[in-house]
Amino acid sequence: MAGILIFSDKTNLALELLTAANSISSSSADIKAVTINNDEQVQALSEAGANVYRINAADLIMADVGAVAAALGQAAGELGSDIILLSSNRRGKEIAGRLAQVVGAGCLTDVNSLETDDGKITCKRNALAGATVANQYIKADKQVIAIVPKSFAPAEGGSGSINDLTVEVKPSALKLLEVKTKAGESVDIEAAEVIVAVGQGLNSKDDLVMVEELAKLLGGEVACSKPVATDKKWLSEDRVIGLSGKKCKPQLAIILGVSGQVQFTVGIRDAKTIVSINTDDNATMNSLSDYVLVTDLHEAVKAMNSAL
Amino acid sequence: MNIVVAMKQIPDLQQIRIRNRQPLFDDVPLTLGTIDKNALEAAVVLKEADESIKVTVLSAGNEEVEDTVKEALAAGADEAFLVLDDALEGADSAAIAAVLAAAIKQMEDVDLILFGEGSGDNYSGQVGSRVAELLNMPQAGYVSAMEIKGGNAVVTRTLEDCDEVLEMTLPGVISVMAGLNEPRIPSVTQILKAGKKPKEVLELDEVDVDIKKLAFTETISNLAPESNRKKIVVKSVDELLQGLRSENLIGR
Ligand SMILES: Cc1cc2nc3c(=O)[nH]c(=O)nc-3n(C[C@H](O)[C@H](O)[C@H](O)COP(=O)(O)OP(=O)(O)OC[C@H]3O[C@@H](n4cnc5c(N)ncnc54)[C@H](O)[C@@H]3O)c2cc1C
Repeated sequence: MAGILIFSDKTNLALELLTAANSISSSSADIKAVTINNDEQVQALSEAGANVYRINAADLIMADVGAVAAALGQAAGELGSDIILLSSNRRGKEIAGRLAQVVGAGCLTDVNSLETDDGKITCKRNALAGATVANQYIKADKQVIAIVPKSFAPAEGGSGSINDLTVEVKPSALKLLEVKTKAGESVDIEAAEVIVAVGQGLNSKDDLVMVEELAKLLGGEVACSKPVATDKKWLSEDRVIGLSGKKCKPQLAIILGVSGQVQFTVGIRDAKTIVSINTDDNATMNSLSDYVLVTDLHEAVKAMNSAL
Repeated sequence: MNIVVAMKQIPDLQQIRIRNRQPLFDDVPLTLGTIDKNALEAAVVLKEADESIKVTVLSAGNEEVEDTVKEALAAGADEAFLVLDDALEGADSAAIAAVLAAAIKQMEDVDLILFGEGSGDNYSGQVGSRVAELLNMPQAGYVSAMEIKGGNAVVTRTLEDCDEVLEMTLPGVISVMAGLNEPRIPSVTQILKAGKKPKEVLELDEVDVDIKKLAFTETISNLAPESNRKKIVVKSVDELLQGLRSENLIGR
């Protein structure tokens, strides 16, 4: 396999990319990790066994995707890497297309698994808004592949190296005026073993109290369909399951009042057991579930809370 | 000021049926990408505040785009610029980006190019970034708010953990977030008028892009995932909890 370059703005995702790179390459010497203005990441990657090439350039800002892509393109050229793995978080996806254009590569984003087969790297990704899973590969020599967070475990242990890399940075047409960190406690519904997810079948925000109680009794997290967060604003967006939210793989998912459109189900279909509680016995969600209870979710939640 | 909104023709996803794990496209009506419609709405809102703004919808695709694009003209775009060839249907993102960039170069003084964060069907999110590189323009993706101030755009890029407020010198490329706004539903009169709005239609060879050389990706299969859920219909909460207990899923 040709040389592989990995890059993510986030250290935890860069460590996952290192695992991904190792899974398609037999020689760790061929894998090179680039960091941009991030000493903590240099450390973490080298301690996980990566050959790190650090770019420290004060005038290179992460918010300027064009400049970042130009820097990574120079790095790939200098290091002889034909394959570039990025993280498919928002920043990574935005960089992917631009970098592919810089180096003349084919590109796949939102990739959740990699396999090597006869020199090809076959990638799985959701298509048609999650209705299908496409099996694709890039036939060009140069490849940019962006990998969905948590598709690979973070790499750990190993002895890497730290090297310096200088790149040319052009004046930026972008000025970063302000960074607003999102308020509120952050939850990680992707890590939860049990999920209790509510959809628009929930009557009111007040009814969330009993849903939260149920989640607590089961040792799980509350999650929701997108409209519950973006339209109703009853829960924060980091609790949304689905195409534009999180992909969860809990042991148990209790889905309350969700119709089961594909943009939602794509985020929960890897759960081990799915329960759907819905007043509509024809809800699509029911046909994608292991247990189906056709009833009012509010009554059901109350009954579960008193039984548990 | 000239704003170009790039929009992709896609099958109406709500109407795709799956049989034997194969998606069926027969008789599925064509529409424009959902997030592309957010981008158009954002442009039309800017235009409403500033009469001097002209909004052009740009699309590359098969011959049917000429009809599909009426939706965008009805929803407020002033004119359409189309590159049509059946070979563009399902073409690689690299090819579509090259065609769009070539088309933009043929237009006069484009100040701002808007995309959706991803297309409705493939959601790969590459084309906007590729076009920005091809035109050597700055870009901002996942934009949840924007304002035009003089020759600059002030935008908010919403990432998973933070919002970045950026000032971008124009011309530039912006990709908007899904759900950024509520795209308007055109009235009957607007739909009737849409047919009369100016349309410039080019053939593929008029933009001088060899799309065959830009076919970088290959699809081996594209099937619905298998679902073999048990679908046990229970009559009561008690029966449900019993089932979950028997599988050791609760009360561990
Ligand atoms: C580009 C794009 C991306 C998207 N991404 C996502 C995403 O990531 N996540 C997501 O969730 N959606 C996403 N959507 C939206 C998605 O298409 C659906 O609109 C959404 O999932 C519907 O949410 P819902 O099931 O909660 O609401 P609805 O579809 O309104 O369903 C409500 C359900 O509740 C049931 N119900 C009503 N009252 C009760 C009651 N008292 N007790 C029990 N059941 C009851 C109804 O029978 C119905 O089945 C996306 C859409 C687009 C276009």
